Amino acid sequence: MPGAKAGAKPPPPPDPHPRPGLEEARALWWRPEVTAGELARQGRRWTVWTAWIAIVFSAPGAILLVVSPLTLPVALGCFAHAWLIPWLQARRGARAVVPLRDADGGADAAAAAEASRVALGLLGDLVGHRERELLAETGLALERGLLGVWLVGERGALMVRPGGRRVDSWCVTVGEPEDLPPADRIAHLLLALREDEPGFAKVANLGFSGAPWRVRRGLPERCRPALAEARRAARVGASTVSRGALVPIDEL
Amino acid sequence: MARLIRLDRTGHTTLAEWTADDESTREAAVEAFRRELDRGLLASVPRADGSADVVRELPLDAELVVLRRPIAGG
Repeated sequence: MPGAKAGAKPPPPPDPHPRPGLEEARALWWRPEVTAGELARQGRRWTVWTAWIAIVFSAPGAILLVVSPLTLPVALGCFAHAWLIPWLQARRGARAVVPLRDADGGADAAAAAEASRVALGLLGDLVGHRERELLAETGLALERGLLGVWLVGERGALMVRPGGRRVDSWCVTVGEPEDLPPADRIAHLLLALREDEPGFAKVANLGFSGAPWRVRRGLPERCRPALAEARRAARVGASTVSRGALVPIDEL
Repeated sequence: MARLIRLDRTGHTTLAEWTADDESTREAAVEAFRRELDRGLLASVPRADGSADVVRELPLDAELVVLRRPIAGG
C-alpha cells in the first residue's frame, strides 16, 4: 500500500494565498494536507488492507484443509503468505528509517571525522539534554509534534500517534545527502519538521502504518529504546494536542 | 553576535556574523543570505521553544539563521 508518489511536477495553479511554512510542501500543491483526521483515515486503510491480505491467503488454506488434509503443504503455503506479506510491509516501514551512523570517511577520513564532529555539535545544540542522550544511544532524534511523537533518522522518520498504539513510517530525505555528514542529514529533517510539521508529512511519503510491535521487530536492536521512549511520550501527551502542553521527556 | 550558517559537507560553514549596531556586517549578512537563497537553499530560524521558523528575509534580530537544503519524499 504505497504512499503517494511525487512524480512529475505539474505547474501550480495561480494562488493569491500561497501555503505558509515549508517551501517543499508548497511545491506539492496537488497533495492533500496532512491532518490528524487524514492520518486516522490512512491508518484505517492500512488496517483493512492488512486484514484483507490475512483473510485472502488464510481462507483458501483453511478451505483446502477442510476439503482434503492431503493439501496441507499447499495450505501451509497460503498461511505463510498471509503472515509473510504483512511482515514484509512492516519490515519495509522499519527499514525506511536509517539511524545516525559514524561518518564514512572514504579517502579523507580526518576531514570527514571533523565534519561529523561539527555536525554533531550543531545537532546536539538543536535537541534537548534527554533527546541528546537518546540520540547518542539509538541514533534517532525524538521530536514531539502536534500529529505525534517523531523519531527522525538520517533518512526517514517514524511517528508514534498520540496514545502510542500506532506507528507511521515516513520516507523522507534531504536533497543530495551524499556529501553531508550523518548528523547534518538529521539536522535538515529536524529543522524542516520543526518549521512545519503538517508540511513535513505532506512532503514525506507514508510507507507503513501499523502497530508498534510490528515496526519494533524490524528495527535494529539499537533503535528499539527510542521507539519505547516515543511511545511513552505519545501516551503521556495523548490527552493534549499542543506542542507546549506535552510533558517534557525529562519529566517522564 | 548573530550568525548565518550553512549546513554543508564540513558540518556547517559560518557565512556571516553581524551585530545590530554594525551596518556593514548587517549588509554583508543580507547579501550572503540572498545569495544562498538564490542558489536554492532554504532558511530556518531555530527558536528556544523547540520550534523553527521559515524565513525568506534575513531576520536581523535572530541569533542564529540556518541555511539548509530542501527535503524530499524518499
